[in-house]
Amino acid sequence: MNISEIRGKTAVVGLAETGCGVTPGWSAMELMATAVYDALEDSGINIKEVDGLFAATAFHSMAAMSLSEYLGIRPKFADGSNIGGSSFLSHILTAAMALQAGLINVAVIAYGSNQRSAGGFKTISEAMPFEAQYEPRMPVTAYALAAKRYMHEFNASRKHLANVAMAAREWALLNPRAYMHEKGSLTEEDILSARPIVDPLGKLDCCLVTDGAAAIVMTRSDKARDTRNTPIYLLGAAMEHHHRMISEMPDFTTTSAVESGKRAFEMSGYKFSDMDTVQLYDAFTINTILFLEDLGFCKKGEGKDFIKETFPGGSLPVNTNGGGLSCVHPGMYGLFVTLEALRQLRNSAGDNVGERKDGGWINDAKISLAHGNGGVLSSQVTNIWGLEETI
Amino acid sequence: MPEILKDKVGPQKQFHQHLDEGKFKIQRSKVTGEYFFHPRVAFPGTGDRDLEWVEVSGNGVVHSTTCNRRLPEKGGDFNLSIIKLDEGPKMMAMVFGVEPDKVEIGNKVKARIIELKGENNIVFDLIKD
Repeated sequence: MNISEIRGKTAVVGLAETGCGVTPGWSAMELMATAVYDALEDSGINIKEVDGLFAATAFHSMAAMSLSEYLGIRPKFADGSNIGGSSFLSHILTAAMALQAGLINVAVIAYGSNQRSAGGFKTISEAMPFEAQYEPRMPVTAYALAAKRYMHEFNASRKHLANVAMAAREWALLNPRAYMHEKGSLTEEDILSARPIVDPLGKLDCCLVTDGAAAIVMTRSDKARDTRNTPIYLLGAAMEHHHRMISEMPDFTTTSAVESGKRAFEMSGYKFSDMDTVQLYDAFTINTILFLEDLGFCKKGEGKDFIKETFPGGSLPVNTNGGGLSCVHPGMYGLFVTLEALRQLRNSAGDNVGERKDGGWINDAKISLAHGNGGVLSSQVTNIWGLEETI
Repeated sequence: MPEILKDKVGPQKQFHQHLDEGKFKIQRSKVTGEYFFHPRVAFPGTGDRDLEWVEVSGNGVVHSTTCNRRLPEKGGDFNLSIIKLDEGPKMMAMVFGVEPDKVEIGNKVKARIIELKGENNIVFDLIKD
């Protein structure tokens, strides 16, 4: 199998999210399984046809196995690899390869979390040697260290970071599904005066802490064309990582998204300027700036100003659901980045994937980029999705 | 058998044993002379296992810094920084000698051994000009 045998050969035919917000009384598994059944219902594919299962959570050490047991299925191929919040975007690449190799015919990729109802941010991360003794407030401390270094190298201020949170909120106001939909606009003053967490990051520089689950259904393109939804084809996918601890990050202002993006674009045959929507993993305000730069949408150091182009109506639609900052963030956000990339394309193709206020849907969108981040700016995975005409 | 397995304990434990003796040592390649941190069984990226422990100067520069906000009853605000050692590698540690939110990137610092979490560890003091 080579790259040309992956590009455009598999597609997502069903998707769902559930419990995004606060769901007291529901377990992470119950939410995740509900998302799986909803995604299968969306696709029209029976659960008995699911023979590939992919899952990761912060609640299950062997998520794929626990989920298959709960669903009562016997996958022929499963992958519960956990590289943090980007896990699902790498599961998508693995699923595409397993589908194309003929190991499986229908893949489900799933995630679930009840962290907000269960008491707050949930992690199963082990203590990091050579960091844990200093009691960093992970992951916030790591992102704050990167933000501080970025501000130093590129003469950026907290006001530049604030624009990221303000843009995300404006998109959330257009999306009735967003957790902060009813909360109104954010001002620069709101963000700068919010409770400091780890300088230079304040509370509104940090993502939401919500519950939530999501799932997608993937098949080979030949089968995808027979389903009732508009299939969204995987055009490119690539990953890279180089550190687990923030103290080991080679360059605090450049991530592996440089490499994951480059290879994902190469596989897709498209370039950054061809992307109609861009969905980036915004766990913290600094993320969006770094990923816009590293994926090539602007030069290194220019993201702090370029962010103004990402508000609704701007030249580049970024995080159009409201992002992890204002839509949903149950702890591992990768599958929600993916869902938004897919939904924008399905809406553009005429599927009913929900209501948005004017400007919330990107008209004539044909290609979406979804970018996942895991750990502390560690694992980076880029997926590029397109309508059939883009293959 | 690789040379390193003749040692009684692994590199992580050896690092702390050196600190117990009052010495801040890190590893370097005998071949290239290049240093690395954190301690490992081989040079990261090359697999070079011909290593030696070397006592370092303890001098470094603040590469990035944060003030971690914490309630006074839980110990109050504290500094966490990334220090670039003069020998090259970077490491995480607290910087003392100034308010936790007054440490600046580029500040010169000097290592000190203190007990944290029941074992000896490195922290840094600001060098005042």
